[in-house]
Amino acid sequence: MKFHDLSIQEMRQKLLAGELTSIELTQQCLQRIKATDSQLNAFITVCEEEALAAAAVADQQLATGSAPLLTGIPIAVKDIFNTLDVRTTCGSKILDNYISPYDATAVAKLREQGAVIVGKLNMDEFAMGSSSENSAAGVVHNPWDLERVPGGSSGGSAAAVASGQVVATLGTDTGGSVRQPASHCGVVGLKPTYGRVSRYGVIAYASSLDQVGPVAGNVADCALMLGVVAGYDPADSTSVDCPVPDYLENLNAGVAGKKIGLPKEYFIDGLDPDIKKAVDAAIETYQQLGAEVVSVTLPHTDYSVACYYLIAMAEASSNLARYDGVRFGLRQDSGDGLIGMYQQTRSAGFGDEVKRRIMLGTYALSSGYYEAYYLKAQKVRTLIRQDFHDVFSQVDFLLTPVAPTPAFKIGEKVNDPLQMYLSDIFTIPTNLAGTCAMSLPCGFSKNELPIGLQLIGKPFAEAEILQAAYAFEQATDWNKRVPEL
Amino acid sequence: MKINQQDVEHVARLARLSLSPEDLKIMTGQMDAVLGYVDKLNELDTDGIEPMAHAVPMTNAFREDEITEPIGVERTLQNAPQQADNYFKVPKIIE
Repeated sequence: MKFHDLSIQEMRQKLLAGELTSIELTQQCLQRIKATDSQLNAFITVCEEEALAAAAVADQQLATGSAPLLTGIPIAVKDIFNTLDVRTTCGSKILDNYISPYDATAVAKLREQGAVIVGKLNMDEFAMGSSSENSAAGVVHNPWDLERVPGGSSGGSAAAVASGQVVATLGTDTGGSVRQPASHCGVVGLKPTYGRVSRYGVIAYASSLDQVGPVAGNVADCALMLGVVAGYDPADSTSVDCPVPDYLENLNAGVAGKKIGLPKEYFIDGLDPDIKKAVDAAIETYQQLGAEVVSVTLPHTDYSVACYYLIAMAEASSNLARYDGVRFGLRQDSGDGLIGMYQQTRSAGFGDEVKRRIMLGTYALSSGYYEAYYLKAQKVRTLIRQDFHDVFSQVDFLLTPVAPTPAFKIGEKVNDPLQMYLSDIFTIPTNLAGTCAMSLPCGFSKNELPIGLQLIGKPFAEAEILQAAYAFEQATDWNKRVPEL
Repeated sequence: MKINQQDVEHVARLARLSLSPEDLKIMTGQMDAVLGYVDKLNELDTDGIEPMAHAVPMTNAFREDEITEPIGVERTLQNAPQQADNYFKVPKIIE
C-alpha cells in the first residue's frame, strides 16, 4: 500500500502498533517528493538528513511508549517559518542565503509533539501573491493540472498535501493565502482567528492580518494540527491568552439546529457557474443534515479588497524595511555609500510584486497621503468588522465560495496585478475582521479542477466550523479524490 | 492620473529602491491603476468612525522584567553579510 494515502491518525496507529517505523514513513515521504517535485516545485528546501535523524529519534520514542501526538510523522512548513539551522528564504532572493538561528514557535510546537520536519515549501515571495508564481524558487504547479496555479501564497503547502508528498503542512494566511490554495488544490485549510496561533518566527508581511494556518487532507487532521500549534506565546504579544479546546473531542457533533448565513454579497453574478453549482449543492447537504440556512448581508464586502491592499501594503512597506543588507540576507555594494548599498541591495533582492507593494505602501503612508489612504482604510476596516459582528448575532457561521473561479492558468494574471488582487474578494474580509475561516473540498469543475467551500466562524469558534466541516466531509466524499501524478 | 513618474521616483527614494527608466514607467502605470481602484473607499462616509489598527482589542502587553538567555553573539552574527570584531560591518557612513 502507498503510505501517502494514510491520514495522520492512521499513520499514528500504525506507528504505535509497530507495523511501520518513522524511518520507513519518512523515506517513503522523501521518495514521493523526489518522484513528484520536478513536476510541482512545491519544495524550496528538502531536509533529508535532518528528517531521517529526527525519524530515528522518533522510533526510539515509539519503542519506549512515550510518544506525543505527531511522533514520527513527516510534516513540512511554508518557507516563511524560521526553522533552526535550515535555510529560510521566504521565496525571496534577498534571503537566499539566510539560515535561521532559531525556530518559529509553531515549528517548535510541531517538534515538541514529535513531528519530523521534512522541508520548506514554496510560496509567493514574502507571501505576496495569489498564485505562487512570484517566487525566486520558481512557479509552483497545481497537481490537478500542471499548467495551472495552485493558488497562493501558500501554494507549496497545498500542492504538497494534494499530491501526497506529505500528510499535512503549515501555511500562513494574510488575505486568503491558506484557504485559496487549499481550495484550488482540493485539500482542507484553516485560517484561525487572529491571535490564536503565535506569529513568533514567522517572517512578517502584514502584521495586523498575518495568521498561521494548517493544511491537511481531511478535517480531522486539520483539527489535530491546529490543536498542536494554537495557544498563547509570551514571545508574540498579539497571541491571545485563552484556553485551546481539544478540537478533535466533539468533531462529530453535527450541524443539526445550527443556523448558517449566506451573505448575499458572496453570491454575485460573476461567480463561475461550476462553483455556484457546487456551493448550492453543499447548501442542500447542510439542510439535509438539519441545519437552517438564511440569507444575510455583509454590506461593505465590495470595499474589502481596496481596504485590505492599502493596509497590507502599508504594513509590508514598514516590515520589509529591515531588508537593508546589514544584519542578514543579500548585500549588494558597489561603493556608493550606505544609501547606495541599501538601494542596490533592495533593488536586486526583491521581486516585482514585492517592490510594487512596498512602493504602494510607502506612498499610502507618506506625508500628505496618510489620511487619505491608510487612515481611511483603517476606518473602513472598522465598518467591515462591524458587518461580521452584526451577522454573527443572527447566525452560527457563514457559508460562501472560497474563490470566484477555479485555479487559473499559469501566467494568466501575472501582468495585471489588479485582476490578481480581485481574485481574493471572498477571503480578504475575514482577515480584516480577524475572525476564523476554513476551506474544504465541495466538488469539481467541468474540467476536473477542485472547488472549495468556505465556512466563516465567530472569533475563536474554530471548533464550531471544524465540526460543521467534518459533518459535510462525512456526508460527501470530495476529499477522497486525489490527482494522478 | 493619480500619480506621475516624478511622484513614483520620489516614493522609490523613500523606499530605498532604484528603478530603471523602463521599470519606472511600468510601475507608474500599475500604481496609478491600483490607486484609482482604492479610491472607491471615498464612496463611504467614515466621519466619526474609529480607525481599527488591530483585530484583537489590546493595549500595552507588559511582562515581568526578567533576565533571560539571549541568542548570543555567534548566532546573531551568523547571517551577517559582513562582520568585524563581533559587530555588523557597514559601508562608511560619515565622509
